[in-house]
Amino acid sequence: MSGADANGSGGAVGNGLAGAIQDRYDYRLIEEMVPDGATVLDLGCGDGELLAALVRDKHVRGSGVDVDPAAVEACVGKGLSVFHGDLDEGLADYLDGSIDAVILSFSLQQLRRPRMLVREMARVGRLAIVSFPNFAHWSVRGQLFAQGRMPVSKELPYQWYETPNIHLCTVNDFRDLCRREGLRIDREAYLNHFDRPARSLRRPNLTARIAIFAISRQAPAG
Amino acid sequence: MKESSDSASATGDTSQIGDVPIVADPEAGSVGLVTTRFATVATPPGVLALEGGQSLGPITVAYETYGTLNERRDNAVLVSHALSGDAHVAGRHKPSDKRLGWWDMLVGPGKALDTDRYFVICSNVLGGCNGTTGPASIDPATGEPFGTTFPIITIADMVDVQMLLLDQLGIPKLLATIGGSMGGMQALQLSVAYPQRTHSVIAIATAAQQSAQAIAFNEVGRQAIMADPQWRGGHYYGHKLPRRGLSVARMIGHITYLSDHAMREKFGRRLQELPDYSFTFSADFEVESYLHYQGMAFTDRFDANSYLYITRAIDYFDLTRGKASLAEALRHTEARFLCMSFSSDGLHPPYQLKEIVSALRATHKHVSYYEAQSDFGHDSFLLERFKMEGVISNFLASSAATFKPPVAATERA
Repeated sequence: MSGADANGSGGAVGNGLAGAIQDRYDYRLIEEMVPDGATVLDLGCGDGELLAALVRDKHVRGSGVDVDPAAVEACVGKGLSVFHGDLDEGLADYLDGSIDAVILSFSLQQLRRPRMLVREMARVGRLAIVSFPNFAHWSVRGQLFAQGRMPVSKELPYQWYETPNIHLCTVNDFRDLCRREGLRIDREAYLNHFDRPARSLRRPNLTARIAIFAISRQAPAG
Repeated sequence: MKESSDSASATGDTSQIGDVPIVADPEAGSVGLVTTRFATVATPPGVLALEGGQSLGPITVAYETYGTLNERRDNAVLVSHALSGDAHVAGRHKPSDKRLGWWDMLVGPGKALDTDRYFVICSNVLGGCNGTTGPASIDPATGEPFGTTFPIITIADMVDVQMLLLDQLGIPKLLATIGGSMGGMQALQLSVAYPQRTHSVIAIATAAQQSAQAIAFNEVGRQAIMADPQWRGGHYYGHKLPRRGLSVARMIGHITYLSDHAMREKFGRRLQELPDYSFTFSADFEVESYLHYQGMAFTDRFDANSYLYITRAIDYFDLTRGKASLAEALRHTEARFLCMSFSSDGLHPPYQLKEIVSALRATHKHVSYYEAQSDFGHDSFLLERFKMEGVISNFLASSAATFKPPVAATERA
């Protein structure tokens, strides 16, 4: 797959990937967390942009899952392996620890059962990477506090009546979920914009718009 | 049945095959006028050893091709048809034909199986009645039609014949093999039995093994045929045909191809040209008259014995036969897969495709799964052009981008 352009004739493989990732600094941070040559499962993979970048840059053997037919069609066009399905049905098909890295990029807040899926990710993946919009960022708090309106931003672009985001959470909430589930937080990364790095964010629950967590199941004691 | 033979040398034949004349057609995207061709395989002294232990030969194969085989011979796509299909996938045989080929919606210039890019091949199955050797063919040993002396054949045997045809056409490795229902079974079988002969597989509305319910429907159809006194133990050629039995078999088939929703939409409880019930057993309801019509129309174009043999082949299909698991059966396939199901398909429900996907995933094969939302039941794969073409054409394009034909092929070209 890394030689997607080897064929000259220009199939759909690899279309528009070069450069696209530059608009998504969160994808770059996720890429850094994925070991080279890993097996990857990208849950809610969308049109496969992140997965294709991982195949190209980190030589992963990856597959995606998405519920949207157009997303599946796009992934297939990029030469990716993709499963058309609903994340809320879980990962029953996958054995414990069978995948190196399971990724959930900006989809956590759209799940009916986010806790179940995070648990499943840590069961199936040796590493689980979760990114989400931080609902405790000061601008979100500000919109609620000052205007008394449901927050709308670049990361939360929907009006309340049409949003697919049904389970929004904060950095502190997610840390709490990890503790309750007995999951170890291996890395945390924060951003203020999709397309560029953030200055060091000392109080991320207040100052970060985007959070990325790498977590794993703690080895049993003893 | 026409039994002409075409054993021209592979290379000499292919240039002609690629030049099927395209007659100007007002319908954009049509392959235009096409001709069925005939090849003879398993010619003496050779025979085809059948899975059931018997052997058969020579075998006539009816096939059609669309588009042009390129110099690298790496753009061939084999289409396999379902139970009642034939080699005529797209276009028309003559300008006055009302009916187009059975998958014309997907095969043609600019369509999902783009004949400007791909060389598309489809052959009538072994045991069929549309040009390929089957129970209605003449047994060379007796000079009489085989009837029920025709050997029991399987999906594996059908695929063996396809490969013999590809040998004659000079195609060592397919870019893709694609089929729905029984056609999907052939595509899967090809990838298992001949892992080196296809780069990719598109399996649609199908299964790795025929389910008990599907076997049950087939058996009722067979019993209907065999209960018809005109069937005469299968030796009815030259006599009245067992139309009654075959039409009942087809009626049962049609019920399994539709869905509750499709029948409600299409017929509801509407009466057929009647103000009220007739209080008789005649076909009051539209759905009854539809089934009667479909059943009888089928007997004009299909042989009852072929129906017996082909449904038997479907029932026997089980990739796991003699294997520990489906994953074990698929272990040696080298192809990349696209498995497609339809939400309302009652004959091969989505779970049957998902089983194949799981097994492929367990052995780390490249596989994608797509489940189209459709209300048309099993028939969706013949109807839902717009839900199928995007993902199929994308999959073929990405397959073409990763396909390296065997070295021998390029040398020969």
